[in-house]
Amino acid sequence: MTQTFMLDGLAIPFEEGQTIMEAAIAAGHYIPHLCYHPDFTPYGSCKLCNVEVNGKICAACTFPAREGQTVVSESLERNSDRQRITQMLFVEGNHFCPSCEKSGNCQLQGVAYHLKMTDDHFNHQFPHREIDASHPDILIDFNRCIFCALCVRASQEEDGKDVFAISGRGINKRLIINSDSGQLRDSELTVNDRATHICPTGAIVIKHTAYQVPIGDRQYDHQSISEVSMEQDGNVS
Amino acid sequence: MYEHLETAEHPDKLKRVVIDPVSRVEGHGKVTLLLDENDQVKQARLHIVEFRGFERFIQGRPYWELPVLVQRLCGICPVSHHLAAGKAIDQLVGVDPENLPIAATQLRKLLHFGQVLQSHALHFFHLASPDLLFGFDSDIAKRNIIGVIGAHPDIALQGVKLRKYGQEVIRVVSGKRVHGTAAIPGGMNKPLSKTDRDYLLTDIDQIIAWTASAVELVKQMHCSNRSFYDEFASIPSHYMGLIQTDGALELYHGGLRAKDTDGAVIFDHVDYCKYNDYIHEQVKSWTYMKFPYLLSLGKENGWYRVGPLARVNNCDFIDTPLAEAARVDFKQHFENPQVHSTLAFHWARMIEALHCAESIKRLLNDPVTLSTDLVTQGEKRFEGVGVIEAPRGTLFHHYQIDENDIVTRANLIVSTTSNNTAMNESVRQVAATYLNGRELNEALLNNLEVAIRAYDPCLSCATHAMGKMPLAVELVDYDGKLVDRLVKSSSGHIAAA
Repeated sequence: MTQTFMLDGLAIPFEEGQTIMEAAIAAGHYIPHLCYHPDFTPYGSCKLCNVEVNGKICAACTFPAREGQTVVSESLERNSDRQRITQMLFVEGNHFCPSCEKSGNCQLQGVAYHLKMTDDHFNHQFPHREIDASHPDILIDFNRCIFCALCVRASQEEDGKDVFAISGRGINKRLIINSDSGQLRDSELTVNDRATHICPTGAIVIKHTAYQVPIGDRQYDHQSISEVSMEQDGNVS
Repeated sequence: MYEHLETAEHPDKLKRVVIDPVSRVEGHGKVTLLLDENDQVKQARLHIVEFRGFERFIQGRPYWELPVLVQRLCGICPVSHHLAAGKAIDQLVGVDPENLPIAATQLRKLLHFGQVLQSHALHFFHLASPDLLFGFDSDIAKRNIIGVIGAHPDIALQGVKLRKYGQEVIRVVSGKRVHGTAAIPGGMNKPLSKTDRDYLLTDIDQIIAWTASAVELVKQMHCSNRSFYDEFASIPSHYMGLIQTDGALELYHGGLRAKDTDGAVIFDHVDYCKYNDYIHEQVKSWTYMKFPYLLSLGKENGWYRVGPLARVNNCDFIDTPLAEAARVDFKQHFENPQVHSTLAFHWARMIEALHCAESIKRLLNDPVTLSTDLVTQGEKRFEGVGVIEAPRGTLFHHYQIDENDIVTRANLIVSTTSNNTAMNESVRQVAATYLNGRELNEALLNNLEVAIRAYDPCLSCATHAMGKMPLAVELVDYDGKLVDRLVKSSSGHIAAA
């Protein structure tokens, strides 16, 4: 007999071992997320996918689905929290969408639109962050890093290289590169690595490819991030 | 001619009149006037009082961001900055203009003609026409675009539709009416579809007819009060701009040509990458805007004008038939080989609008414009210069990058900068002619605005904001005591304050 839990009043079937996020996506229901990717071990850091499970706040990407759970995702309170979290992500980095080459293809921007974020609410911190342009094919703009660690996991789990790590805590948290010089050119990263292509923002980009996709043909020009997520996250092996 | 009014000998003993801000174009500007005890003007200056710093904060960014980054300099002519930067970064990937795919060049020209058309239409119909149609000292309540709509609905509607058409050209090519993406290193990112081509062709004959009517309208204005139009804010000057190899008017790409006050050539067909051998910039302590000058003539005598009047003065002909006929008519109207009337900027601007409309039709009817061969690449270089004729004049973008593709140095000479001395001269001329011994009133303020506005300066985002420059004028007596003060709000309301 199929096990189910209730997500926003709907019965969601699940298989043993699935998280709430995996079961929701399989059933065609979008829960906002940034650090979650179906191909990699859940990380539970961005907290955008926080849902209420029997009244308790849990990360849907890491919390296992259980028979009879009552899960609330699309509530005013949950989406308000998500909007605040997204606003914090914007002000903690330097995200200038008007000139960013990832604009229109950026998940952070896409989530912000989905959550109807119309301002930053908090004061911008304008942190001083550098660009690592030392690699001939790949550029890292640390201004746009949201510490989702998808590049860390992709490098470890799929590329088998361990190029990236998150160092420090709190306001001092930063993405570091595993090389003697600390620069990308001395790392093992290549343009074909999964880690090179996994960044949800414009922090890791392929050099010399910017703006080649015209406005109107970009990922989120005609589809919302929820629609794109259902197509992509729901069709993984 | 009025340079003696730039710096008074004893400014501390003179009355100070301040117009602050004059406008808000890439920041704020203000005008200061110093008057002696007989209210005679002893000093007049147009100051640019804000610093934007684009040249500094684009340092450290990858070069491919430049066309999209720098277009944020402006909301009216972003396409000019986009394309000037695009031409510069072509060189960074080893592509010179003659090696760019033909379709990419034609699409860039189409984009540029659309933008010049909409910018010229915006300025003439929305911002300048109220002064020209009703008079500089007419009822201020009606001296605006709403007044034009009421009194001349056909003219106003044509202005709106001309601008809309130009912006549609921009949208079709770059994806957005304002701040789209189009130029990428070595080409363009999207071909023109046949559907979009046919869509733009639908109205082009009407657009050409309306721009031709606009030329006739501005000619009638000049002819209605010829001596005033010829003399208001007018100053003899040198002129500089791009020119085609055969001497034709050029807006997108060509060599630099400069002519003196009598029309004699100072230099011709200069490779703009060597601009620094011909143009230098002077800094003055009282303004953030630099003063470019022709190196061969020196700081004092080398200032020049750019923009529509300069381009029409400098070219030998225009390569579209209706605009060429209009140019010939324009030149016949004035007696001198070079037209120095500052209000003739408006006439020249409409001739260019007509040229843009004709050029758009020509490009749309050329099958090459639909080609999908849009990008090429060459050997990397570390320096690139892009120059284009923006609506307001010659625009220079100059970049250097390091081995990691990061911008290390940038120099931008924005069109309006080249008109800095000229605008100051025109302000001084108007102040000397119309202010001396006069009591302050709104009409006086508007004379100063009209003089500045004729240049359509990029320091006049305020003139691009419905033509209502917020102004404050103070008259201070010999002892520094405030005698009179008038304030005009952005809504146009004038009150003593």
